[in-house]
Amino acid sequence: MSQPVMPGPDTSVITRKDEIARDLRELCPQAVVIVSPAELRAYETDGLTAYRQPPLLTVLPSDTGEVSRILRYCHEQEVRIVPRGAGTSLSGGALPLADAVLLAMTRFDRILDIDLDNRTATVQPGVTNLAITKAVEGEGFYYAPDPSSQIACTIGGNVAENAGGVHCLKYGLTTNNILGLEMVLVDGSVIRLGGKHLDPDGYDLLGLMIGSEGLMGVVTEVTVRLLPAPPCARAVLAGFDTAEDAGRCVAEIISAGIIPAGMEMMDRPAIHAAEAFVKAGYPLDVEALLIVEVDGPEVEVDDLTARVRRIATDCGARTLRVSQSEEERLRFWAGRKAAFPAVGRISPDYYCMDGTIPRNRLPEVLARIEEMSRQYGLDCANVFHAGDGNLHPLILYDANQADELERAEHFGADILRLCVEVGGVLTGEHGVGVEKRDLMPEMFSETDLKVQERVKCALDPGQLLNPGKVFPQLKGCGEITGFSVREIEERFPDIPRF
Amino acid sequence: MTVEKPHTPQEAAELVAAALTADAPLEIIGTGSRRALGRPVSADRMLDMSGLTGISLHEPEELVLTAAAGTPLAEIEAALAEKGQMLAFEPPDFSHLLGGVEQGRGTLGGMVACGLSGPRRIRTGAVRDHVLGFAGITGRAEIFKSGGRVMKNVTGFDLSKLICGSWGSLAVLTEVTLKVLPAPEATATLRFRGLDARRAVRLMTAAMRAPAEVSGAAHLPADVHPDGSLTCIRLEGFAPSVMARAEMLKGLLAEFGTPEMMEDAESRIFWGKIRDVAPLADDRQAFVWRICCPPAQGGEVAETLREMILESRLFLDWAGGLIWLAVPPSAHASAEMVRGAISGTGGHAMLFRAPEDVRHRLPVFHPQPEPLAEVTARIRAAFDPRDILNPGRMHPSEKREG
Repeated sequence: MSQPVMPGPDTSVITRKDEIARDLRELCPQAVVIVSPAELRAYETDGLTAYRQPPLLTVLPSDTGEVSRILRYCHEQEVRIVPRGAGTSLSGGALPLADAVLLAMTRFDRILDIDLDNRTATVQPGVTNLAITKAVEGEGFYYAPDPSSQIACTIGGNVAENAGGVHCLKYGLTTNNILGLEMVLVDGSVIRLGGKHLDPDGYDLLGLMIGSEGLMGVVTEVTVRLLPAPPCARAVLAGFDTAEDAGRCVAEIISAGIIPAGMEMMDRPAIHAAEAFVKAGYPLDVEALLIVEVDGPEVEVDDLTARVRRIATDCGARTLRVSQSEEERLRFWAGRKAAFPAVGRISPDYYCMDGTIPRNRLPEVLARIEEMSRQYGLDCANVFHAGDGNLHPLILYDANQADELERAEHFGADILRLCVEVGGVLTGEHGVGVEKRDLMPEMFSETDLKVQERVKCALDPGQLLNPGKVFPQLKGCGEITGFSVREIEERFPDIPRF
Repeated sequence: MTVEKPHTPQEAAELVAAALTADAPLEIIGTGSRRALGRPVSADRMLDMSGLTGISLHEPEELVLTAAAGTPLAEIEAALAEKGQMLAFEPPDFSHLLGGVEQGRGTLGGMVACGLSGPRRIRTGAVRDHVLGFAGITGRAEIFKSGGRVMKNVTGFDLSKLICGSWGSLAVLTEVTLKVLPAPEATATLRFRGLDARRAVRLMTAAMRAPAEVSGAAHLPADVHPDGSLTCIRLEGFAPSVMARAEMLKGLLAEFGTPEMMEDAESRIFWGKIRDVAPLADDRQAFVWRICCPPAQGGEVAETLREMILESRLFLDWAGGLIWLAVPPSAHASAEMVRGAISGTGGHAMLFRAPEDVRHRLPVFHPQPEPLAEVTARIRAAFDPRDILNPGRMHPSEKREG
């Protein structure tokens, strides 16, 4: 893939590499400092493997004090920092810089406190998403957001990216399920936001930090909200002749007042790829497949399953099955959850997009993607979080074929422009990172971006934290935070005078 | 007091620009229903946003609604009710508590700016969890937008969270897009009698730990409910599910007694009163505090407060996580005792109702430790470098209060 333009490396920092490594070792005797090019290669990319760049060096701190000392040192020395969790980002959020210290948080792997009376778990950021649920499921609880990478991805990374999953419509994204954070600011100061209580005591800085993609600080402790696990869950599998029918079914379910725990749609190429891979029992003669999951007390699940069946039938479902056992329910999901690797099997490479659209524009969007697919000469499989409108087109390409890569990138960018055009957004859950950075002006005006950048500048005036991510151009903070009344008079020459 | 009343975002931006050139700060209001909340604003001029009205988008099957910030909340709730939907976070009506019934329920912008949610917050989240996007004007007279109209969006910083509960100190809201949800088909409330606050919180904790999807959990001690204390658990949803969960909870909570079932209409009135802080509204002289703490500690905190502050009255919402406390009027408003009682819990307390001079003098919002206070000041300066928008509403404004 064509390499994104990153902030030019500061050669004076690169030449000071040995000195920086020595200083960091001295400041943090317990931390692991990696400097050898061979070992640094392990950190050169994240889940967006097309982009690669080894860091200046990698530090693995072991406690908040070390993170604080490292950041204070980098701040004083004007050294850039890229934070990293498990490195599963699909948008290049943890892509290193040649002149930046990579701060790998994987040693923060302890669960600190489980407080079921307050329905919270407090964990270090390197704990994996799934490990939180594993730690409390014996007591009948779970942590709701479930990104597909949940076995590997860390809660710290989830906080940085505001990770989603397949249950967002009913249970929300990461931001709706976090109650407290401890984090270290760029100057090394440590702040605590929230806790086990609800509502902030001032600005909702907790909400601001979640999804800030490592540009505002480094999270060192996370308090998550736990939920009692629903006693029963069941999935309905419905196949349709057209995406319109399936889309109408989704709208009718929601109009009936039902908020399913999960509602997923796959198109024909995705269905076939998934079925060939995991034998989920999907019908192969349909254009669109819906998985609708309802959860709650058994009587509610019975009731809602019947309602969903009725609606699907009315909307012209050609096949309709209800999971009869927990095994079957998981099998229905297995195909969907393995959709990405399944597509990976049928194509040498694939490029996963992540736009969100108003649900009712889906048929039109799919038709136009199909058109683009012909135009670019590349196949595309679509999986869709139908409940919340988050669309994942998977563009199939072969990196070994001349220009296919570039065509895939252009195709992807066109899809995201289309998402914005119909009232949607560039990214639903994968983050902007470096991948969608240059598309930000499609969605935001210069002023919109400036307002966001000023918030960044309020927290990191030297722009040392994760530079080159999220914002298309790295402007100096002085340039965007300055203010003069003269500028107002120029912009508003004719306003009334008080 | 001069009142400026724009009718478009452009007019509003021009008024902010005029305020900047004259160095004359603005107090932003909708209908003024929440004007008595927070510190008094140091401004001689009002920016009345009630001229920007109207629902521009409501797609029930997409669960989304967009309206101008000055749209009356009552109008939005009526439009939603017509389609069997609601604002799931139950925005409170403080007009009775604050004494401004003629201002009604207030506006959408006011609701977002204050960021306060009702009893269902424990189940469906707060205002901030339902704002999908907004448009507004910075304190630099720039028109900008953030977020979008879709449920799942991580494009750029989540300024929707920041704007909720920023009390008009970052931007003038002009438009808000909300996630709206289906109203429940059925409601049931289990009512237990005669428990003290500690035992009531144990009951509510047990209910919250069960997979019963409790959507309201409140305790009214005998001092605010003369017929004897009440502890109430609300269940909502599809009728068969509500009945099943009610039976499950009755079994689970048997050690706390046998509950009565409140009927639908009675239940609605009861939770409306909890939402609007009605149990403390009638004593016009008392000062009122709003205290957030970890829910399971709510019983301890409540008993401590009652022992420490003579003639105080309180009740608990959010399964113990929200305490509404009325204290006798005094120059110190019992602030040290209130904040002392929660100091070990990580929680916070806001002086919610008190005369203007008291709210001017005492920290209305919980005092923040230093790195945090500094971050707050820098974020405010990023949006409003000249303290032109609601100066002093949250924290004293050095520039405007000398």
